[in-house]
Amino acid sequence: MNVWIAIGATAVGCYLVKLLGLLVPAGALEKPLVKRLSALLPVALLAALTAQQTFGDGQQLVLDARGAGVAAAALALLLRAPFLVVVAAAVVVTAGVRALG
Amino acid sequence: MAAEQTTPAHIRTETETETGSKPDSAVIRDALGVGIAVGLSGFAFGVTSAGSGLSLLQTCTLSLLVFTGASQFALVGALAAGGSPFTAAAGAFFLGVRNTFYGLRLSQLLALPRAVRPFAAHWVIDETTAVTLAQPTRRAARIGFTVTGLSLYVLWNLTTLIGALGARALGDTDVWGLDAATPAVFLALLAPMLRTSTERAVAALAVLLGLGFLPVLPAGVPVLVAALAAPAVLFLKGRTMSRTAKEDDR
Repeated sequence: MNVWIAIGATAVGCYLVKLLGLLVPAGALEKPLVKRLSALLPVALLAALTAQQTFGDGQQLVLDARGAGVAAAALALLLRAPFLVVVAAAVVVTAGVRALG
Repeated sequence: MAAEQTTPAHIRTETETETGSKPDSAVIRDALGVGIAVGLSGFAFGVTSAGSGLSLLQTCTLSLLVFTGASQFALVGALAAGGSPFTAAAGAFFLGVRNTFYGLRLSQLLALPRAVRPFAAHWVIDETTAVTLAQPTRRAARIGFTVTGLSLYVLWNLTTLIGALGARALGDTDVWGLDAATPAVFLALLAPMLRTSTERAVAALAVLLGLGFLPVLPAGVPVLVAALAAPAVLFLKGRTMSRTAKEDDR
């Protein structure tokens, strides 16, 4: 039930913020500070999520095979690999390190 | 399309050979390229979501109704970590807020009739915006938006379903390294955003906050605390800039 509540809230919330952009008159939200903040908010969230999903295990911080996988993804990104290759690199390296460990 | 009647005459020049025109086929090719490449990554979402313990119906509902990748990954990640439904949804919601600003740009470029906007809104995401903004004319922008949106929506949902079904067949998805897919997706979305020192400072502070509070705050809350890195860095930067400005006055 909790999962459905989360899904419902996310679906409604994410739809409304999409619709808002198409409905409000141009210029209403185009204030420099608001624009800067809205551009930086995903940066903060994605950076924190990347770190947590790499090093978090419940409420503990751990260094495991995922660290190697995400490092491989970072390398793939530096080499300008396509999106799917980046994800595949992380998955394959993580599985490989687990298989060896 | 009914909207064609409201198109001002000066942008109905796309078939002529003036600068900035682009054949429809080229727009469609660009749009399909993005739509197909990103649409296929719904597979990673389907696997991750099912691996996080969500049912097939829940996983597919997310792709059908939320349809903004980063928010979907964030939600299932937070739920898997044991977050409350509201903190989990809040993290996903804040990631979706950027779409509002895409919508502001798109509504000027596409000039959609009011009746169409509630439907078009569902497709206002990173990829459709990127393709639409790159088009030289309104006709090209509308084609780019529609083709990217449609191909991405269909494929994303199809691959979500296949991924969720596949995850069951795989059993323990961690053995296959699939728990590394989510952070890799986030990193791939983040990387192109790290253009200036401001973005890098925000990212670094957010990592510190996100990891530092992970052991002490309830699941899902640390990421919301980490979001404060954005206003914090802007505030500090504003202070530094006004101080330098004052020193310049002297």
